[in-house]
Amino acid sequence: MVALPPSTAAPVVQLTRVSKTFGDVKAVNDISLEIFRGEFFSMLGPSGCGKTTTLRLLAGFEQPDEDGGEVRLMGEMVNRKRPYERKVAMVFQNYALFPHLSVERNVAFGLEQRKLAKPEIGDRVRNALQMVRLKPEVFARRMPGQLSGGQRQRVALARALVLEPAILLLDEPLGAIDLKLRKEMQLELKALNKQLGTTFVYVTHDQEEALTMSDRIAVMDNARVAQLGTPAEIYENPRTAFVAKFIGESNFLEGRARQSNGGWELAWEYGGRARLPAHPGLQEGKQIRIAVRPEWMDVWPSGEVPAGENALSGTIEDVIYLGETMHVLVRVPHAGTVTVAVRNEGQLIKPLPWKRGDQAAVGWLPEDCQILEES
Amino acid sequence: MPSPRQRLLGWLHTRPQARAWLLLGPGTIWLLVFFLVPLLIMLVYSMMPRGIYGGVDPGFTLEHYRRFFDPLYLDILQRTFVWSVACTVICLVLGYPVAYVIARAGPWKNFLLFLVVLPFWTSFLVRTFAMIFLLRDTGLINGWLQQIGVDPISMLYTPFAVMVGLVYGFLPFMILPIYASLEKLDLSLLEAAEVLGAKPAERFRRVTLPLSMPGVVAGCLLVFIPALGSFLTSDLLGGAKQMMIGNLVQNQFSAARNWPFGSAASFIVMALVLAAVMLYLKVKDRELEELR
Repeated sequence: MVALPPSTAAPVVQLTRVSKTFGDVKAVNDISLEIFRGEFFSMLGPSGCGKTTTLRLLAGFEQPDEDGGEVRLMGEMVNRKRPYERKVAMVFQNYALFPHLSVERNVAFGLEQRKLAKPEIGDRVRNALQMVRLKPEVFARRMPGQLSGGQRQRVALARALVLEPAILLLDEPLGAIDLKLRKEMQLELKALNKQLGTTFVYVTHDQEEALTMSDRIAVMDNARVAQLGTPAEIYENPRTAFVAKFIGESNFLEGRARQSNGGWELAWEYGGRARLPAHPGLQEGKQIRIAVRPEWMDVWPSGEVPAGENALSGTIEDVIYLGETMHVLVRVPHAGTVTVAVRNEGQLIKPLPWKRGDQAAVGWLPEDCQILEES
Repeated sequence: MPSPRQRLLGWLHTRPQARAWLLLGPGTIWLLVFFLVPLLIMLVYSMMPRGIYGGVDPGFTLEHYRRFFDPLYLDILQRTFVWSVACTVICLVLGYPVAYVIARAGPWKNFLLFLVVLPFWTSFLVRTFAMIFLLRDTGLINGWLQQIGVDPISMLYTPFAVMVGLVYGFLPFMILPIYASLEKLDLSLLEAAEVLGAKPAERFRRVTLPLSMPGVVAGCLLVFIPALGSFLTSDLLGGAKQMMIGNLVQNQFSAARNWPFGSAASFIVMALVLAAVMLYLKVKDRELEELR
C-alpha cells in the first residue's frame, strides 16, 4: 500500500466544517477532511452515519447548510454548484442505468452532453467498455434489462469513467453483487484507481471492503468522522470503542489506570491487573477501557502464560470452528467472555487441546492492546 | 375425507389452465354477449336495406357504406378527426405538467389525485350543462368581462365551446396514466443524468420524457378514441352547426331511424380509429427505437 504524502499537493476534495441538516436531523455534523489526488478514500460506517450524505454533498445533490462550512473540489468552492457544473462522476448503489438506452448509449450519455464529435464518442465508449472488461462487440447494443447485476455495475462504472473525471464518487457500488464477484470487483476497482490516477471516494458499510481497497478510511459514526487513517491505523489502533467494534472484532476490558514500576497498569476492582502500553491520556485512578483483537491473544494452560504477557484465567465456554481460524471463548470471572482467535492447523490431524469446561488462561502482550478514548 | 370445496381447490391447484379459464370466464362471457354480439348484429344491419318504418328489410347492400363518402359526411368526419387530435394535443400540453407536479408532490399526492378524479362524482351530462351557464352570452364569463368593461363574446355553440368541453371532459384520462408512469420513475436516474452533465431541460428531454412515454401513449389513446366518438359535448355546446361523427350516428339511430346507415358510419369510424391508432403506435415505436 502506498502511503501518500499528504503535503505534496493541494487536496482535490476539501471539506471544512461541513454540516447538513434535514429537518431537525443533523445528517452531517461539522465534518472536515481532505482527500488527495489519486487517493482511494473510503467513508465507512453503519447506515445513518452520514457517509452517503457526505458523498451527495460532493456530487452536488445536497448542499451544505447556510452556515454549514465549505465544500471545495479541485480548490474551487462548490457549495451552491449544481451536479452538472462539477467535474465529478458517480456510480450509484442501484447502478441507475437508463433503462431505455442501450449499453453504448448509456456510456455515451455524458460525452453527448459535452457535445463531442460522434467518432470520438464511439472510440471513447469502446475504450471505456474494454476498461471494465465488457467486450464492446458483445455488449454495446444490449439493453440494461438484459444484463446481470455484475455487468450492470461494469456499465455504470464505464459510464462514469468514460468522462475521465478527476474525482469518481462510488456509493456502495458492490452492495448488490454476490460475494465472489464482489471480491473480484474490489481488486479491479483498486487497480483502476492506481492505473488511471483518478481520485476515488468510496462509500461502504462493509469494513472488509474498505480495508481491502482503501488508501485511507474515514470511519463515520453519528454524522461525524470517528477516525481517519490508513487501514492499518484504523484496524490496529482504533481510537474509540465504536471504531474497534465496527472494524473487526475486539475484546473490551474495563478498569482503573494505575502507575507501577514506571509503567502503567489496568487494575480490576476484584483484583488482577494487566500492563498497558505507554499512552499520553493515562491518569492515576482514571476509569479506562481497552480493546484487544482476538487474534492477538492466545490460550494457555492455567499458569503457563509466558512471562511478559498479561494473563486472565477462566473456563473454556465454547470452541467455534470457522474454517481458517478457531474461536475459543473463555469465560473470565468478572470480566465477561473473551474471544481468542487461534489458527486452525487441522482439527482432524492436530486438534486443539481445549474442550468446553476446561480451565485455561488468556495471554496477550501489553503493546497489543489499545487504550480507547471516550467516544 | 376432504370436503367438495377442498377437492375442487385441490383439483384446480394442479391445473393452471383450468384456473386461467375460470378467471377469464366471467369477463369473457360478458364481453361476448354484450359487446361482440351487438357488434355483429350492427355489422349485419349495416349491409341490409333500410326498412320503411325503421329497422331493416331482408337483403344485402353496400349502399350505406357508399353513401357515407358524400362530401357532407366526409366534412363531419374530417372535423371530428381534427377536433379529436386537437383535443388530445391540448390535453397532453395541459395534463403533462399537472401529472409531473402530482408525481413529485410527496404527501400531497393522494389529495391532488383525489381532486383530479373529483369531477367524476357528478354525471358528465350535468357538468356539460353547467358549462353552458359558464359560456353562454349572458353567462358567468361574459358577466365578469362586462364588469371589467369588455363586450360580451359569443362563445356557446362555437367550435371553441366544444373544444373547451372536450378538453375538460377528457383531461383526467390524460393526467392519470402520465402520472402513473412518472410516479414510477426512479429518481436516481435523474441524478445520474445530472451528474453526467445534463442540465434540467436536457435531463427532461433525454430521461424523464422517454421514460414517461408509455403513460403519454396510454393517455393519448384514452383521450383520442372517446373524443372521436363523443356526441354529448358537441350536441350541447356546439349546437346543430358543430356536428361530430358521434352526433351523426346518434341521429341515424334516433331521429332519422336509419339504423343501417348509422351502423355503416360506425364501422367506417371504427376502421379509421384502428388505422390511426396503429399508425400512431408504429411511429412511437420507431422513435423509441431511434433513441437507443
